[in-house]
Amino acid sequence: MTAALRFDPIRLPEKCQQLRKEVRAFLAEEIAAGTFSPFKVNREDTDVPAFSRKVGERGWIGMTWPKKYGGHERSFLERYVVTEEMRVANAPTRRFFVADRQSGPVLLKYAPEHVKEDILPRICKGELCFAIGMSEPNSGSDLFAAKTRATKTDGGYLVNGTKIWTSSAHIADYMIAIFRTSPPTKENRRHGLTQFLVKMKQPGIQVNPIGQITGQFEFNEVVFTDYFVPDDHVLGEVDGAWKQATSELAYERSGPERFLETYYVLTELVRAVGDKPDTRAAEGIGRLVAQVHTMRRMSVSVAGMLQAGKEPVVEASIVKDIGTVWEQQLPHRVRDLAAFVEEEASNRETLEKQLSFAIKTAPKLTIQGGTTEVLRGIIARGLGLR
Amino acid sequence: MSESENIVIETAEKIFADLADAQEINRDKKGEWKAPLWQALSEAGLPLSWVAEEFGGSGATLAEGFGVLGAAGRHAIAVPLAETMLAGWLLAQAKISSPEGEMTVAPASPKDRLALNADGTISGRARGVPFAKAARHIAVLANGTNGVSIALVDARSVRIDAGLTLANDNSDTVIFDKVMPSVAKPAPKGFDQTALMLMGGVVRSLQIAGSLESMLDISVRYSNERVAFEKKISKFQAVQHNLARLAGESAAALAAATSAADTLANAKSFDDDAVFLEAVAAKIRCSEAAEKGGGIAHQVHGAIGFTIEHILHRFSLRALSWRDDFGSESYWAVELGKRVAARGADELWPLVASR
Repeated sequence: MTAALRFDPIRLPEKCQQLRKEVRAFLAEEIAAGTFSPFKVNREDTDVPAFSRKVGERGWIGMTWPKKYGGHERSFLERYVVTEEMRVANAPTRRFFVADRQSGPVLLKYAPEHVKEDILPRICKGELCFAIGMSEPNSGSDLFAAKTRATKTDGGYLVNGTKIWTSSAHIADYMIAIFRTSPPTKENRRHGLTQFLVKMKQPGIQVNPIGQITGQFEFNEVVFTDYFVPDDHVLGEVDGAWKQATSELAYERSGPERFLETYYVLTELVRAVGDKPDTRAAEGIGRLVAQVHTMRRMSVSVAGMLQAGKEPVVEASIVKDIGTVWEQQLPHRVRDLAAFVEEEASNRETLEKQLSFAIKTAPKLTIQGGTTEVLRGIIARGLGLR
Repeated sequence: MSESENIVIETAEKIFADLADAQEINRDKKGEWKAPLWQALSEAGLPLSWVAEEFGGSGATLAEGFGVLGAAGRHAIAVPLAETMLAGWLLAQAKISSPEGEMTVAPASPKDRLALNADGTISGRARGVPFAKAARHIAVLANGTNGVSIALVDARSVRIDAGLTLANDNSDTVIFDKVMPSVAKPAPKGFDQTALMLMGGVVRSLQIAGSLESMLDISVRYSNERVAFEKKISKFQAVQHNLARLAGESAAALAAATSAADTLANAKSFDDDAVFLEAVAAKIRCSEAAEKGGGIAHQVHGAIGFTIEHILHRFSLRALSWRDDFGSESYWAVELGKRVAARGADELWPLVASR
């Protein structure tokens, strides 16, 4: 077989289902206390630092990391359960999720010991928010076209340039960014970029909010002017970021957040059609449930492979490709199916508000964190076409 | 379970590779490949994989049998292997021994119902019964006043109106006109027609997933050979992205089907919402993948894939026709939608996340 894709039927062990109960009980308490509303899906004004700290206290940030850095040495499958329950409840996870998913693992692998000891425990406590500095005004999917320079100086580097579309930069404490430390070589255009840990809220960094079509101001332009990064904030090999960037992507690409972003509209559709749906609504719901079930099985399978120490790069890219296209189409399918919902359906107003937000959110889902086109390129390479 | 490490699945793979090469079958206009293939499968005990040795079978596990069927799908096997396995499994539910030779099951659609009359005969019509024409015996599920029964019927005692699937395999209407079965016994408690349809649906899901794996494989290979505009077509981004989508459909089908098979292999009962979700979601998603994925495989191949000489149709048409057996994706989507609605909105996520 050329492809030999594997999606073994992984089941969540019993301890995961116990953990799930704990997470649900915690979220129910927080909803009852008014920390957030599961029906209010525009989470712009629900950045709740206190919520992050409570999640940290529960031990649900950095779950898979070593205990010596504040982690909990639990499995990817346990982390999976926490992530999906938070996502389905529309909990305000933005403040800690990027660090938990991506930035923490990068630091674990590449940061100097004293930096790890300083920062990782604070991530685990829910005290730190991270942003990712990849895109630039003239460098999006083409990561290796990045021009923001980090020039060597005494004890560190001086950074000049602009990152853009940087989610959460306005609230972030740190950013993990790639800067150009050398020009690309003729043989390797990916050469010359270095990954850095950047402390935000410092002189030399200006964060300018950018309005989005949803009405949110969730991403930003970040301008660096002679911003100083110390030598010990270099992550990994100088000029060699391209070797580092790809290996963690399986973690980023295949989680439940890659198909559950608009899931709430399906729940509300089921509520709106009531317990005796007509044939059209029943078939539509049945297909959507079959599809989301299948994606979850694929996603859990990838989590299981990660737990087993494998690197399912192609499988993870497939999950993100199918998952993001699905969550993008979902609000439109739900809108179709809701067209004949009775006027007096109790949740009509909630459903309409959610649909309106989800439909406006939809276009970004196949762009953020690697576009559909980039993902299909990776899959094509995995198939031996490149 | 790792397929490559299992002796039962390895045996099946070897027989398929030796005696069911798609190219050779495609060239054989007289169907001379069928008898040796069936004989080899029978000698290896594969058609009665799911029948315990005491009832005449080889006593393989459900998981092993499912593995064999995935392999059968990868080779687009067109002898009644899946049907005989399913028939043997159905008979075994009522502790009825399996006879030798080809079998099939009736009904093969959730919409058809067969009746067990008070005098012990069976009446009714079952449409779309796969390979009925080739079967020596039919394993029947019939409903009587005392509940559900399972029966073994000699194929010579029923009327068979022959029909063909999209792939030109037999799919026949079987008419039971007060037919006396060779043996009939009550089904175990809780076992009903839905259970048979779910099992049949998972069998078809595995076959569809297997055929998609092969369609991906031969499409990738073809794109790396075919030259157009002075380069291999695999170098065109549009073709690459189509193949990436085919990989996604193939992966989704494989994940859904193997998860459902694993669920049935370990389930205590069919009467469980999570088991129902696994089984019908597999049938729905695999059927959708058959359409989307098969369409891409044909698009990549261009005109050559539309010819009778090329092997692609052996996979693409079979995958499409397997959608119809044991309840189509539309049928199951309605049933699943109704069940989800009856449970209520707040019970949807707990169902999805239950395993």
